[in-house]
Amino acid sequence: MSLIRPPRPSLDDLKPELVDLERRLFLRGSLSLGALTMLTGCNLVEGNAVDKALMAMSRWNDKAQAWLFDPNKLAQTYTKADITTPFPFNAFYREARAPVVDGATYKLEVSGLVADKRMWAIEDLRALPQESQITRHICVEGWSAVGEWSGVRFGTFLDRIGADRRARYVGFKCADGYYSSIDMATARHPQTILALDFGDDPLPRKYGYPMKLRVPTKLGFKNPKHIAALFVTNDNPGGYWEDKGYNWFSGS
Amino acid sequence: MSNDASSTSRKRRAIHPSIVRLTHWINAAAMVVMVMSGWQIYNASPIFPFKFPYTITLGGWLGGAIAWHFAAMWVLVVNLLFYLAYGLFSGHFRRDLLPITPAGVWHDVKAALAFRLPHALGHYNAVQRLLYAGVILLIILAVASGLSVWKPVQFQTLAWLMGGFDSARVVHFLAMAGIVGFFIVHILLVMIVPKTLPPMIIGGTVEDAEVTP
Repeated sequence: MSLIRPPRPSLDDLKPELVDLERRLFLRGSLSLGALTMLTGCNLVEGNAVDKALMAMSRWNDKAQAWLFDPNKLAQTYTKADITTPFPFNAFYREARAPVVDGATYKLEVSGLVADKRMWAIEDLRALPQESQITRHICVEGWSAVGEWSGVRFGTFLDRIGADRRARYVGFKCADGYYSSIDMATARHPQTILALDFGDDPLPRKYGYPMKLRVPTKLGFKNPKHIAALFVTNDNPGGYWEDKGYNWFSGS
Repeated sequence: MSNDASSTSRKRRAIHPSIVRLTHWINAAAMVVMVMSGWQIYNASPIFPFKFPYTITLGGWLGGAIAWHFAAMWVLVVNLLFYLAYGLFSGHFRRDLLPITPAGVWHDVKAALAFRLPHALGHYNAVQRLLYAGVILLIILAVASGLSVWKPVQFQTLAWLMGGFDSARVVHFLAMAGIVGFFIVHILLVMIVPKTLPPMIIGGTVEDAEVTP
């Protein structure tokens, strides 16, 4: 019997496939319980009626959450002793596949309804006033972890680029192919920051080097990492998970 | 209305008023959706060393389960508020659920275990009162802890009362477990005393035997 075993595939390796499978099961799961509405004579052969109703409710929940959102209400802050170590890695790929971004040549692209579209290097972002926060990151899956992030208050950055204050959304495109978007009220919340540091060090690759959005008033998947470009718009840009069916607003 | 309710015959009253029947079934349907989708959400990051079998969950995946959970949430809460307002202002709670005394519950538990507890339609014994009032309180707890998990920043006072975000998840789970426990006992008792089922569906009246103090 050989003592050398072939490498076993880890769950992380299979995660993208599982996510895809789950997406397809979503429709099937809805169909089986959607049979309840057979009583009303709906045609559920394609499973569309139930999914459409659920997505309509999700859009209603976006509105309800925007209405509930208090721009002055701060997320609870913690002390260094509360920080979760190690802080969990989470993405739609495993840690080894996190993108490698060269900080020396990195330039953040800015576009959309803004006055100043010049690109931003890391040093340019570090030259702006920096803030720190120790807050709880809450994942849509239910787990949570406390971390410390520092960087530029996003409201300050939006002012610097002359963003249209009446615009509704800010969208983000990331170096790993991820994308997401948030509402303008949350973008201007005092605890929403373009984070450059995690703890006392520059953001490590696994947590989103060179820059991530830290939004303690939203679920973790609304905190995009490795941000390469951002844009201000009135058309909801959606997001990687949002377009698969997660609630778009997903506020805390 | 006919006037033949003379002084010799007693008044008749509903076993379950129509509002109670309506809110009961809306609550039952919404609760089934909440619990089954909740199990799927739980499975994404279990807080205890077990998961719920996939086949008894609703939604297919986390995103689908969340969509179900936060759709049925509105049905559950609006229905609950309507029922609570009715219960408080119509006298339903005062008349049908109260009082609940330890002595009364003890007496009726003993009688129930000896299969000597009478089950009069339109009148709740002390065990029933305790179970019904208890499950109403559990549903309120499930909503309060659920709001804490959903909005720990916007409802931070509520989340603080629940002991923080992680603790609110445990409270939410325990409230669910209590409700499911009630559900099992409730169904078993209806199977043992099946005459209680039709009045909750189609209604019906009983002679008002209540003695006015």
